[in-house]
Amino acid sequence: MNVLDFAHSFFADPARWHGYDGVPTRLLEHVGYSLEALAIAALIALPVGLIAGHLRRGGNALSMVATAGRALPSFGLLVLLFIWFGFGTLPVMVPLVVLAVPPILVTTYEAIQTVDPSPVDAARGMGMTEPRILFQVELPVALPVILGGLRTAAVQIVSTATIAAYVSFGGLGRYIIDGLYQKDYEKVVGGATLVAGLALVTLVVFWALSKLTVSPGVRRSG
Amino acid sequence: MNGFFDLPSDLQHSYFGLIGLHLREALLPVLAGLLLSLPVAQLCARFRWLYPPVLGVTTVLYAIPSLAFFVILIDYTGQSEMTVMIPLAVYSLVVLVPAIVDGVRSVPPETLAAAEAMGLGAVRRYLQVQLPIAVPAIIAGLRVATVSSISLVSVGMLIGNQGALGNMLNDANLYHRPELAVNSVVTTAVLAILVDAALVLTRNLLTPWMPKKGAAR
Repeated sequence: MNVLDFAHSFFADPARWHGYDGVPTRLLEHVGYSLEALAIAALIALPVGLIAGHLRRGGNALSMVATAGRALPSFGLLVLLFIWFGFGTLPVMVPLVVLAVPPILVTTYEAIQTVDPSPVDAARGMGMTEPRILFQVELPVALPVILGGLRTAAVQIVSTATIAAYVSFGGLGRYIIDGLYQKDYEKVVGGATLVAGLALVTLVVFWALSKLTVSPGVRRSG
Repeated sequence: MNGFFDLPSDLQHSYFGLIGLHLREALLPVLAGLLLSLPVAQLCARFRWLYPPVLGVTTVLYAIPSLAFFVILIDYTGQSEMTVMIPLAVYSLVVLVPAIVDGVRSVPPETLAAAEAMGLGAVRRYLQVQLPIAVPAIIAGLRVATVSSISLVSVGMLIGNQGALGNMLNDANLYHRPELAVNSVVTTAVLAILVDAALVLTRNLLTPWMPKKGAAR
């Protein structure tokens, strides 16, 4: 039996599709954790990146924060917080947020900072206030790159949220971890397929989002 | 903090042994990724139509979660270091290919024309002009790839103690010794920061012509 056979027998089993360990439940849990983590990370990283990028300063500090954030191992953090604080949302959310903040922070800063200065100066010359310059000139131009950072963060969250299952949390990681311990390979492959599929859906969502929100004038190739 | 460096015997390594193992499991894949991505990126930079599909395929590979990737490979490579290193090599490839393509493409056409006028052939032009100018972009990619690789090795613990420093996490849980988990997290983070600093130093040594400003990456 190869991976495809395992996946097929996993998805063909009608028992997989309902109950507390059914695919819809686990999928919803996974999407829930991921969205929550992405929202928290964006709330932290977007304002900081936007303001620092607009002021065009703090790049060194931000890159240091980002490096430190990347250096913290998500899985280690998860286990450590679980040992310290026990079962709860905190041990799952903190590693995911720490994982997602660096890409959002750095790309937002870089995107705003590298906006062509001539339209910004023109807007300033026309008497636009600084917040309006940020939101009406710099943000629309930088949006494709900022969305790229959010996309990277979202994909990493979706694929990393699987490890939450190690500390008895739900989500699609349950299939992978339980399957590993039960030597139920079908379950492992099914779980892996679902997470990879969800990550792909995330990519598609962001692609659609950029089609909807990026003004045609600033759309770049590639 | 008693017993901070006393490792349970089931780890089968000393503290420094684990560090060596961790570095090997994290850095060899990045090296493999770099060696693979140089020719791939060169092809992408030369044949523009090749870049979008390559980018698409690598993005899809990146979307496979590390744990799932490890587990699926067990069927082929067993519960071995190889199983941890193959996905990490794939992930570094994903980060490095765009970094190198962007770097090589950022070489101004005048520079290339000048190199050609000086009689440099395609190979020497690539090795002596394009590659050195692309160094900052390549190192920026390497930094992200290495640091995430070091962090991801720990997940290897879940597939039968192949996670080097991450193996301490399981023991921390098993023997109720939280200090082992602290040790694991801190050591992994410090390793990542040190390797990152080494890469920044390498960049500064390789690009003496660059102004010494820290670009956010």
